[in-house]
Amino acid sequence: MTGWRTHKGKVLGLAVANIDTDQLIPARFMSVPRAEGYGSYLLHDMRRGETGEPRVDFPLNVHPEASVILAGRNFGSGSSREAAVYALVDAGIRAVIAPGFGDIFAANAINNGLLPAKVDEGSYAALDAALAKGPQDITIDIDARTLTLGALQVCFALDDSWATKLINGWDDIDLTRNHSAAITAFKHIRSQTAAWAWPAAAD
Amino acid sequence: MHTPQTMLDKLWAAHEVLQREDGVSLLWVDRHLVHEGSHHAFAKIKERGLPVAEPSLTFAVVDHYAPTQGRSRIADPQIARMIDTLRSNANIHGLRLYDLADPHQGIVHVLGPEEGLTLPGLLVNCGDSHTSTHGAFGALAFGIGATEVAHVLATQTVWQRKPKAMRITVDGALGAGVTAKDIALGWIAKLGTDGAQGHAVEYGGSTIRGLSMEGRMTLCNLSIEGGARLGMVAPDETTFAYLEGRRFSPKGADWHAACADWAGIASDEYARFDREVTLDAAEISPNVTWGTSPEQAVPISATIPDPTDVPPDKAEAARAALDYMGLKAGEMLEGTPIDQVFIGSCTNGRIEDLRAAAAVLRGRKAKVPGLISPGSTQVKAQAEAEGLDRVFIEAGLDWVASGCSMCVGMNGDLVGEGKRCASSTNRNFKGRQGRGARTHLMSPAMVAAAAVTGALTDVRPFLEGRVN
Ligand code: SF4
Repeated sequence: MTGWRTHKGKVLGLAVANIDTDQLIPARFMSVPRAEGYGSYLLHDMRRGETGEPRVDFPLNVHPEASVILAGRNFGSGSSREAAVYALVDAGIRAVIAPGFGDIFAANAINNGLLPAKVDEGSYAALDAALAKGPQDITIDIDARTLTLGALQVCFALDDSWATKLINGWDDIDLTRNHSAAITAFKHIRSQTAAWAWPAAAD
Repeated sequence: MHTPQTMLDKLWAAHEVLQREDGVSLLWVDRHLVHEGSHHAFAKIKERGLPVAEPSLTFAVVDHYAPTQGRSRIADPQIARMIDTLRSNANIHGLRLYDLADPHQGIVHVLGPEEGLTLPGLLVNCGDSHTSTHGAFGALAFGIGATEVAHVLATQTVWQRKPKAMRITVDGALGAGVTAKDIALGWIAKLGTDGAQGHAVEYGGSTIRGLSMEGRMTLCNLSIEGGARLGMVAPDETTFAYLEGRRFSPKGADWHAACADWAGIASDEYARFDREVTLDAAEISPNVTWGTSPEQAVPISATIPDPTDVPPDKAEAARAALDYMGLKAGEMLEGTPIDQVFIGSCTNGRIEDLRAAAAVLRGRKAKVPGLISPGSTQVKAQAEAEGLDRVFIEAGLDWVASGCSMCVGMNGDLVGEGKRCASSTNRNFKGRQGRGARTHLMSPAMVAAAAVTGALTDVRPFLEGRVN
């Protein structure tokens, strides 16, 4: 995964609260291997009619060039399916701005280079107003934690460790393997002090 | 004297391999449960040529795609492929697999406790948000995404920042027909689906102490719907009695050592929580959701909320939900006709849930069709030994095999477009039970009452003169 510090793109307003991961990608598409791409399943049932035809009035269909989404509170709540993040990333989305995110979704996003930018209610309202007439150019700066739309600039919150991961495109497995001696030592002590923590032989 | 600690503090410290400078901890994972949906994670470790670090602590379960009928010949090739992929990954890595024909197969969150794989004091991970269920035993249990599943497979550890501690205390006696499901829907309606975001919720108080393990699991299971990644109940005699003699529970001297350790897990008397919420059990009624988010729940006797009466930031969502659900503001919720019912899932598919539903259905007929899928094959066998299957079948409902089934519809058990379903599950999201499906969440006894009348119904009059 390649890291990133800044991004310039178009931000689209989807001012809906509680967009859960079942809406981001309905369960029926989750058996597809990642290599096939998940972009076309993003928000599938909102974007498409019964026969799969795109709804002409749905904002993402009108503006497929958008690379940033502004959404309402509690974005990505629900199921832990990382496929919800794959669908966003594969559709070219680099960041989602919202007043709050489901905890597991936010962690999944970071693991795939997608920024969950958390803004306060006031900033959300200002951004929502700025997007009332349609998508706008946006500049995201992870180091400065700022979102800039023309004259409007707002701050977002992001855990420092997550910012570092996004910027470096780090992968945890490699980092953790550097700690393998500590893990082995921990396991040894636990097996001595809490032998019951290993599954008993089944009878 | 040291500072009093919460259960979260103790469990966290017991699993912390190290803490990075930025405050993120590397935690040891005692049990890792995987299912068909974990295919992305297996693909990730395959890409790197890594083995599973601790196969004996990793258990594979067929549940999400498990057909509930006609198991021996799976008609849908996509479903067959998902199950085969799990089989092959379990085989390659030498994992214990709970396959379709296994007498111990079941939904991962029902099976773990039932097998004694879930124990107090353990850290349990699974690539599924309802992993919070296992916290009912006083375990540190949380759901993770596919990248994290791959990480646990490869290293048997997980990176996490410690959440804040929140306590929900419930005191007093629950009224007849009021269950753990109603406590959960009640607090989520009050605090919102993001009400506990960033927190681990510990449940305490006399009402919680009085709940069975099944009830505690239902409560912890639904914690995620209130935004909490973890739900927990301190282990006590009820916990120990449930676990003793289970297949993978500690035996002999280990059992005694374990019980001694477990007795110390509870939060210390003066432990400080970042947030405290108190509920009065007497004020909780049977709840039903009317919208498309678990927070959109009201007591069955209430009217359907008017978007102009809810807080302004929730009005738009309420309007959209009513539109999707085909409901009118201001009308009585009770009496809304339904098309079908479903009883099952990791929330309410345990033996106690089936007993509660059977107590309502015994000698009565369902006016609408419905599916009853026990949470595990062992629950199914137990229910059949008690004759509950006869009650359901005589009522006109379908008694099928165990799996996630109509909770998420991955196995093909779907609610039709525009159809209204009274369901014992956990998510009423748009399209969760099938495209255009309208889901009303409630307790299993409430689902049974809805089946009898063909409409959303208060279960309490149906319980008169009956014990469950
Ligand atoms: S029963 Fe439903 S909520 Fe539970 S694990 Fe299965 S799909 Fe998830």
